[in-house]
Amino acid sequence: MTSVLIDLTYLLASILFILGIKGLTHPRTAVRGNLLGATGMLLAIVATLADRQVLGAGTQGLALILGGVLLGSAIGATLALKIQMTAMPQMVALLNAFGGGASALIAGAVLAEAGDPTTQTAVATVASGIIGSVTFWGSLVAFDKLQGLMLPDKPVHFPAQQVANALLAVAALGLGVLVVMDPGNITTYGLLIAVGSVLGVLLTIPIGGADMPVAIALLNSYSGLAAASTGFVLDNNILIITGALVGASGLILTRIMCKAMNRSLLNVLMGAIGPAGATSAGADEVYGGRIKSTSPEEVAMMFDGARRVVIVPGYGMAVSQAQHQVRDLATLLESRGTEVEFAIHPVAGRMPGHMNVLLAEADVDYDKLREMDDINPTFEQTDVTLIIGANDIVNPVARTDPSSPIAGMPILDVDRSRTVVVVKRSLSPGFAGIPNPLFAADNTVMLFSDGKKAVLDLIAAVKDG
Amino acid sequence: MDTLLPLLTVFMLAVFVGFEVITKVPPLLHTPLMSGSNAVSGITIIGALLSVAADGRLSVTLGFLALVLASINVVGGFLVTHRMVGMFKKKD
Repeated sequence: MTSVLIDLTYLLASILFILGIKGLTHPRTAVRGNLLGATGMLLAIVATLADRQVLGAGTQGLALILGGVLLGSAIGATLALKIQMTAMPQMVALLNAFGGGASALIAGAVLAEAGDPTTQTAVATVASGIIGSVTFWGSLVAFDKLQGLMLPDKPVHFPAQQVANALLAVAALGLGVLVVMDPGNITTYGLLIAVGSVLGVLLTIPIGGADMPVAIALLNSYSGLAAASTGFVLDNNILIITGALVGASGLILTRIMCKAMNRSLLNVLMGAIGPAGATSAGADEVYGGRIKSTSPEEVAMMFDGARRVVIVPGYGMAVSQAQHQVRDLATLLESRGTEVEFAIHPVAGRMPGHMNVLLAEADVDYDKLREMDDINPTFEQTDVTLIIGANDIVNPVARTDPSSPIAGMPILDVDRSRTVVVVKRSLSPGFAGIPNPLFAADNTVMLFSDGKKAVLDLIAAVKDG
Repeated sequence: MDTLLPLLTVFMLAVFVGFEVITKVPPLLHTPLMSGSNAVSGITIIGALLSVAADGRLSVTLGFLALVLASINVVGGFLVTHRMVGMFKKKD
């Protein structure tokens, strides 16, 4: 295959990638979009295999290629088919890691092969190495936290954290300058990767729990930028185009997530959300004597008279894997003539869109999954709002107390509905660490229980009633 | 050095295309967007293929590792996205 033909195939593949992502703008076209993207990838791979350099790799080279592709494909297919929808944040964290890792490795391989690379290649290699290693290790830390392996879900702080990070960043840049000045010395690149790896770990450990959507989106963006840098290393347009698309996508999601928490990116990255200041009310003061506990039977009676019910899912629904039971409850209520919709906060769960995927898995019609701005005006006409495992995203303090850690965060205005039922195991605070006056409000009742068990009890009570 | 400007041009234009297209993706599909974008960023697989086909031992080793990682992203990414987007249905 001539190089012109290969480049044309790459161009076609780039177009297919863009059309593929465009397909994701609507659920109707999403399946076709993803297939277009996959087709583009297949074309690009076939064109590369037809490259003279690859064709002439010899038996050993071709065997390695076949072995690597088969091994990676087997691992990828197993992950993709086995992973539970509730664990999707972990899956995306792993994919981010592998993308960053691949970029740093390729840049290293090119550096090792090229005797005397141009300055452009050397600078791009440095960028690829730093961003790639930070992405790889940062994403593995995110994966570890989400999976609950070694590191705590909470932010981890240690003395002089910012100083250490700054020193590491300076060290990485310094090593980068050395790589550009003397590209033949591959050991320097190795050191650069080592420093980038430590930096990746340290940058991610202060990010915890409910801030994970931001971390995942940002690491997604990094993995794209690493791929684009590798494109500059290889003088290859398709890597640059694709990397730019992914980088932009991650940045947009990062911005949406930060806005949905009314916090700056810097504030999230430093894990700076903390317990409330001295001015905020303590739990006893907020809850004392005002909490009304209820039973499934009582809630079933509320449902009896309800024309409109809104269900608000949170991370607790994912943890207790209750999405299928929630769907059953919604279907049951609808069969009795009640209108049921779902209110989805942008940062509910542990990654952008987490709740939507879970409810789609449970066969909930996507038209019933309503965005925050869309559904907020309808709470005043809602008879019962059922909150399952959500806390900070429905805390009215965000609207009223400017000194609160969640001040100004857009929330679901559930307190404006006639009755609020909160399914929760205890009164323990959410990620922000503050009490929620919603639980003590006159129109709120608490159903203390595990998410899945509560919904099953509610279904039984509605059927009996 | 003479390739830098054209490459930078392509990069900047692609960033703008990315912003235009991706701001239209609804929150409903943000998770498939992330897994799908990971799948396409597996395009680094073509760099890995070239490195494995090179001569030096170090280059081949690093290239092979990259090839495995990129293949996981391509196959895992597209497959899991396919699984997810297939779930978004409209009942009537």
